[in-house]
Amino acid sequence: MAFAAELLISFFLIVSGIFGFVGSFGLLKLSDPMSRMHAPTKATTLGVGGVLIASILHSVFVDHHLSLHELLITLFLFLTAPVSAHFIAKWHIHRHETPASLPDAGEDGVWATHDIEDDEDVAEMPR
Amino acid sequence: MRLLRRLLPHPFLTLLLTLVWQLLVNDISLNSLLFGFFLGIVIPVVTMPYWPNRPKLRNIPMVVEYILVVLYDIVIANIAVARIVLFKPDAARNPAWVRIPLELRSPEAITVLAGTITMTPGTLSADLSAKGHSLLVHCLDTEDPDAVRDEIKQRYERRLKEIFE
Repeated sequence: MAFAAELLISFFLIVSGIFGFVGSFGLLKLSDPMSRMHAPTKATTLGVGGVLIASILHSVFVDHHLSLHELLITLFLFLTAPVSAHFIAKWHIHRHETPASLPDAGEDGVWATHDIEDDEDVAEMPR
Repeated sequence: MRLLRRLLPHPFLTLLLTLVWQLLVNDISLNSLLFGFFLGIVIPVVTMPYWPNRPKLRNIPMVVEYILVVLYDIVIANIAVARIVLFKPDAARNPAWVRIPLELRSPEAITVLAGTITMTPGTLSADLSAKGHSLLVHCLDTEDPDAVRDEIKQRYERRLKEIFE
């Protein structure tokens, strides 16, 4: 029983290690900034998730009490990862894309990042 | 009944806050349960001005189904992205921008959809159009951008429509 539990915990730790590695490797390997963001937003979810599952299993089988702290970490991660990715994407669109290089925005005509009424604050920005 | 509504303007948030407090304390006792419930009553009342037009969740079984579908897709997404990162040469990859016309109107629903798109297979939501009628999505590797759009509409937006509208 104890051996089976250890095996299971190790399995989740290894899974998380692999995905954590792939996420970081993707940052190095992929060539353009937008693609580079795919690796950390996804591969890391399972990377962190694996450690958290292993931690829950460890507290149940080894310490013999139920600890569900880890569910909160998962929840916060799922809430924050897309938001920060969205911020980085907006920055990228702001600095490196023009309305012409993006697909047509449909009935609204322009994407929100390019929808700048006047350029005063942009012009004042130190270069 | 009216008094109850004033005390608990947002019963679901009350329940969620009580639950989150239990998880933070990491131990269920009468003490933590009572304090969690106290927070669950005070926080919704104090923050009421910040959610004037909060959406109603219409279809609770659909919420559960949606969460399960998304969790499953997250696992699949991880494996798919890992495979592309490790084995696909960069030149053979076809990154693409895709525009997704939105039928969803409520900001909360669009937020959930954008978050889901970021967490799931090879897609990343990047921007909204100026008045919020379309969503700009970046694909890591796709042969057929239209298929990606149709799948997102069919798989996520349809369910969110049933939940929020």
